[in-house]
Amino acid sequence: MTRPGTIAAGLSGAVLTGCQGAQSAFDPAGVEAERVLTLFWIMLAGGTAIWIVVIGVSYYAARGKSGPYSDRSGIRLIVWGGCVFPAVVLAGLLWWGLTMMPELRRAADGPTIAVSAERFWWRVAYAVEGEPGVIRNLPRGGVPSANEIWIPLGKRTEILLSSPDVIHSFWVPPLAGKMDAIPGRVNRLVLEPTRPGVFNGACAEYCGTAHTYMGFRVVVVPEAEFEAYVASQALPAATTDGSGARLFVQNGCAACHTVRGTAADGDVGPDLTHVASRRTIAAGLLPTTVENFAAFIRSAEHIKPGVEMPAFGILPEEEITAIAQWLGKLE
Amino acid sequence: MQVFGKTQDNLWTLVAAPTIWGFHFLFSYFLAAYRCAPNDDIFNTIGGTRAAIAGVTAVCLLLILLIARRAWREWRADGGGYSNNQDTPEARERFLEFSTLLLAALSFAAVVFETLPVLVFWDCR
Ligand code: HEC
Ligand SMILES: [Cu+2]
Repeated sequence: MTRPGTIAAGLSGAVLTGCQGAQSAFDPAGVEAERVLTLFWIMLAGGTAIWIVVIGVSYYAARGKSGPYSDRSGIRLIVWGGCVFPAVVLAGLLWWGLTMMPELRRAADGPTIAVSAERFWWRVAYAVEGEPGVIRNLPRGGVPSANEIWIPLGKRTEILLSSPDVIHSFWVPPLAGKMDAIPGRVNRLVLEPTRPGVFNGACAEYCGTAHTYMGFRVVVVPEAEFEAYVASQALPAATTDGSGARLFVQNGCAACHTVRGTAADGDVGPDLTHVASRRTIAAGLLPTTVENFAAFIRSAEHIKPGVEMPAFGILPEEEITAIAQWLGKLE
Repeated sequence: MQVFGKTQDNLWTLVAAPTIWGFHFLFSYFLAAYRCAPNDDIFNTIGGTRAAIAGVTAVCLLLILLIARRAWREWRADGGGYSNNQDTPEARERFLEFSTLLLAALSFAAVVFETLPVLVFWDCR
């Protein structure tokens, strides 16, 4: 391949890989993301056309005609090109964008899931009570989980968003636009996925040191599978005895974490009852493996700087291993 | 005060239209925010709020039109020139009249834009 050819191939490869995948707004899998993408293409085409005209006019002004213009033609250019044209184009875009919104904010016909954005992870609760409408605080109860949100395909799922600490923002680029999670307020986002898959979400509002590592996954599955998943998440932990479970309670993990079926009922960190059934730990950061559990317990701060969980490197290595192995069984 | 047989323009006449625009913006924004603040009844219609904003909009647009009409007339009365590079009271007056006219046009468009949501949203979503 020639050198320019290689560069072009490399560039288009880089551009294309950036446009696909689980976290790309260019690869939509939801109704709102599709609309946003259409809007983007139209804005891009319009912007390009205007840019070409402006560059053409400047070229003409610099290289073309040299004599002065009459006041009249100058004013005409300003009135039509500078006032009427932008006013009409902006009014059209504004109207189009506005009329899109009621449709996207339409009532949900699927489940209601409460998502609390907390420094630096996502507390999730399925099948919460206390709807319809939106309230000041997230509804209590429901089936607890964290950092992974399952939603049924083809249904409009209502995500209720809030936060106990600072403002975060919930963004799953392939599914929908972002929505802030604001303390003392519940915001509502409706997700309507159009194809199954696993998508990446991120916190899109700087919230502190570990903000970059505040991710999550959204898993889109057929409705029956969704129901079965929520039912399984509602069950108590798979194994509640053995040394791992005992050490978990003894070493103070229980003060912050709940494992339903054991004495651990802390409410500071993620519910770990089914932690091994989730794809990732530490909010989308590490794949769920026994080694990663152990590494995270040994020094959470090292893996996720700024994390709100203390390091437990003082524990004997066997105890860390025992806890990690037990957590690995909590499917 | 009459100068050259017309009212005299000053900074206050210049900023009158943008001030109305600013008022309209704050009024609509605060009223809608206040109405939707409890955030627990988002599907309920807010007809009263929309009507209030529509009414205030009509008044604001009318005032802006009056300002524009005055500026236009006085500017045209002088022949409506654009070159204001002399240091004379006439040039100053003409400059202020024409600028007022442009700002009134901008404010008019802005107030219309600010009101479009009233036509589209009927509740607090
Ligand atoms: C001071 C409260 C606190 C204590 C004590 C604590 N944790 Fe955590 N833990 C957290 C918080 C907060 C997170 C969320 C971290 C993040 O992702 O930002 C977390 C996350 C985790 C995770 C990852 C969960 C997931 O789904 O991402 C595991 C596993 C975990 N802790 C295990 C333990 C173990 C084992 C102990 C005891 C040795 C322990 N924790 C003690 C607060 C605590
Ligand atoms: Cu955040």
